[in-house]
Amino acid sequence: MTEKNVKVSIRHLYKIFGANPPAALEKVKAGMSKTDLLDQTGHVLGLQDINVDMKEGEITVIMGLSGSGKSTLIRHLNRLIEPTAGEVLVNGEDILSWNDSQMRTLRREKMSMVFQKFALLPHRTVLENAGMALATRGKKRAEFEGEARKWLERVGLEGQDDQYPHQLSGGMQQRVGIARALASNSDIMLMDEAFSALDPLIRTDMQDLLLELQEELHKTIIFITHDLDEALKLADHLVILKDGAVVQQGEPQKILLNPADPYIEDFVADINRARVLRVRSIMTEAAPAGEIAGDVDPADNLESVIARAGGAMDRAYRVVRNGETLGYVDLAEIMRALVPRETGAAA
Amino acid sequence: MAIYDGLFDSLGLRDWCDAEASDGPMSMADLLAKTAGDNGDSAGTPLHDLPFPSLDALNDACAAIPQSRDLTSGLETGFLGIRDALRFVVDPLTQPLSWALENMLWLMTETPWWAMMPILLLITWAVARSWKVVGFVALVVAGLAFVDHYEVAMQTLAIIFVCAFICVLIGVPIGIAMSRSDRLQGVLTPVLDMLQTLPPFVYLIPLIFLFSVTEPKLYGIAVILYAIVPVVRLTNLGIRLVDPDVIEAADAFGMTKSQKLFGVQIPLALPNIMAGVNQTIMMSLAMVVIASMVSAPGLGILVLRGIRNLELGVGLVAGLGIVVLAIALDRVTKASLARIDASQASR
Ligand SMILES: Nc1ncnc2c1ncn2[C@@H]1O[C@H](COP(=O)(O)OP(=O)(O)O)[C@@H](O)[C@H]1O
Ligand SMILES: [Mg+2]
Repeated sequence: MTEKNVKVSIRHLYKIFGANPPAALEKVKAGMSKTDLLDQTGHVLGLQDINVDMKEGEITVIMGLSGSGKSTLIRHLNRLIEPTAGEVLVNGEDILSWNDSQMRTLRREKMSMVFQKFALLPHRTVLENAGMALATRGKKRAEFEGEARKWLERVGLEGQDDQYPHQLSGGMQQRVGIARALASNSDIMLMDEAFSALDPLIRTDMQDLLLELQEELHKTIIFITHDLDEALKLADHLVILKDGAVVQQGEPQKILLNPADPYIEDFVADINRARVLRVRSIMTEAAPAGEIAGDVDPADNLESVIARAGGAMDRAYRVVRNGETLGYVDLAEIMRALVPRETGAAA
Repeated sequence: MAIYDGLFDSLGLRDWCDAEASDGPMSMADLLAKTAGDNGDSAGTPLHDLPFPSLDALNDACAAIPQSRDLTSGLETGFLGIRDALRFVVDPLTQPLSWALENMLWLMTETPWWAMMPILLLITWAVARSWKVVGFVALVVAGLAFVDHYEVAMQTLAIIFVCAFICVLIGVPIGIAMSRSDRLQGVLTPVLDMLQTLPPFVYLIPLIFLFSVTEPKLYGIAVILYAIVPVVRLTNLGIRLVDPDVIEAADAFGMTKSQKLFGVQIPLALPNIMAGVNQTIMMSLAMVVIASMVSAPGLGILVLRGIRNLELGVGLVAGLGIVVLAIALDRVTKASLARIDASQASR
């Protein structure tokens, strides 16, 4: 796999809410905790020392419980919120030094956003909403109509052009929200709990839609969620946030296999590991002693391998992609991976 | 000897009191008190008769204290003193109002009834888009004309149209400015409260001094001051109540301030603004009746005649005319409000 460019980068980002953030920042840098800061100075520590690189064409998922600072973090990327300290780099440029008109250009052409509560314009039709980004750039309806309609069709909303948002279901409204973001033709998409307000089934549909679109479009997506299953399904890179700080980040499978602290262990305790873990995450280079029962794909999940073994515990498989042998797995290893690891215990 | 003599003596203010003594003309109350028999012993005054230490009572004991009538006459001379300067500024500013009122009155009374009535119905249709409402207005106007109240009704309507139009013209921008600045809202809210609570008769008083009673702007200003409050308040409220999520989306897609104001905030505040316009029109009607005391023409004059000359029938018919006119105006504006609501029935 070729190394991808870093598209968006956050460096030493701090955000403190309150009357005098710079003074509070000194205290935080000196080591004061979030609760102490609130009790002693009345300031809310929103984010502390965040460092994240978001690669081009990948989905970076930021996950954390409610109140952990996810929305605050994503709003720094298009400066809907100004940081107390730190840098936000887009294509290597520090956007914090940009003036209003540069920021407007960024928001109109380079970064679009999808919201938890859809935030469509209630007085505009579906088509006009989808064309909002283009209309904001000064395009007339006749000019943006074709583009807006194309994306509405792409997200599965044919023939709804003249409806108003309140006439659509939640899932359909969010499809309009996604079409609106796509129609701006920006390469970065910010999605703040975009699917959290939807029913579970519709939510799965929307996740599939997003993955399908991503397959084709290769956008740089920053996706926020409080749901681990959703995070694992979508993430190329997973960032876990707690009380405004990053507790662990990396490839989702790695985090699952090696949780860095009890907070993350709690998170990963309830998920179906057999379905989420993939062969490539646990394969070994050395061939096992026994006989090889067959070939598996590195992207296969453990569940499918177990099913293939049909309950037998002594099988081993070769991991093959495009005719090339990448490694081996045996069932014993798979079973070990299914048991959540305690922090500090030997791997 | 007056009751409070002792007070001034004990405070050692006797010299000051007597030095200032100037025996001005006596008030009627003083004269009455004199003739009632000045028994001259303050010690004998029973507690029951102890007067409140008002300006007049204190003046009895110490001539240096002014009497209450000095206060009122002081206000009067003070106001007369600044009157010319005030007039110099306000007169040219409000001249267009006189001009607009005169022309509108002329236009609506000189246009023949067979042209005026269809025009009114056309306006009704344009605003309300409802045949029921148009029919009702036709009935009201024809009814008023049938009992020979056509001309006075047109005069009342002319004044309302001009004043309500100016209220909207000035009130909506003020409301927008208030919604953008908490400080301005803090300053203007008490002013609006005052305008709304002062009995309309009270601000007629300084206006009469300021302008001659023959000038239409006299009642024009009175009507506008009274009726502008709701449209300002509801514009401010309407814009402040616009869904913050939608405003955030507008920001995230790079809208400029004016794109946001005209494309999002005003359209979404429109139901509230229209409710303000409705109230403004109703209050104009109420005030135009009262303003007939300062020569505002229209149905109010007939009501006034009914009161002054005890012409019961004249007063009642005109009063009923005002009621049906009010209902018609209310129906028309409510219908247009409903039309706006229906086109964006958002939650
Ligand atoms: N404008 C603000 N003023 C004060 N505190 C805020 C403000 N915005 C967010 N916070 C605080 O910052 C923390 C993170 O909020 P948020 O980013 O909305 O969390 P999440 O999106 O993860 O649920 C919360 O504790 C919240 O109370
Ligand atoms: Mg949030």
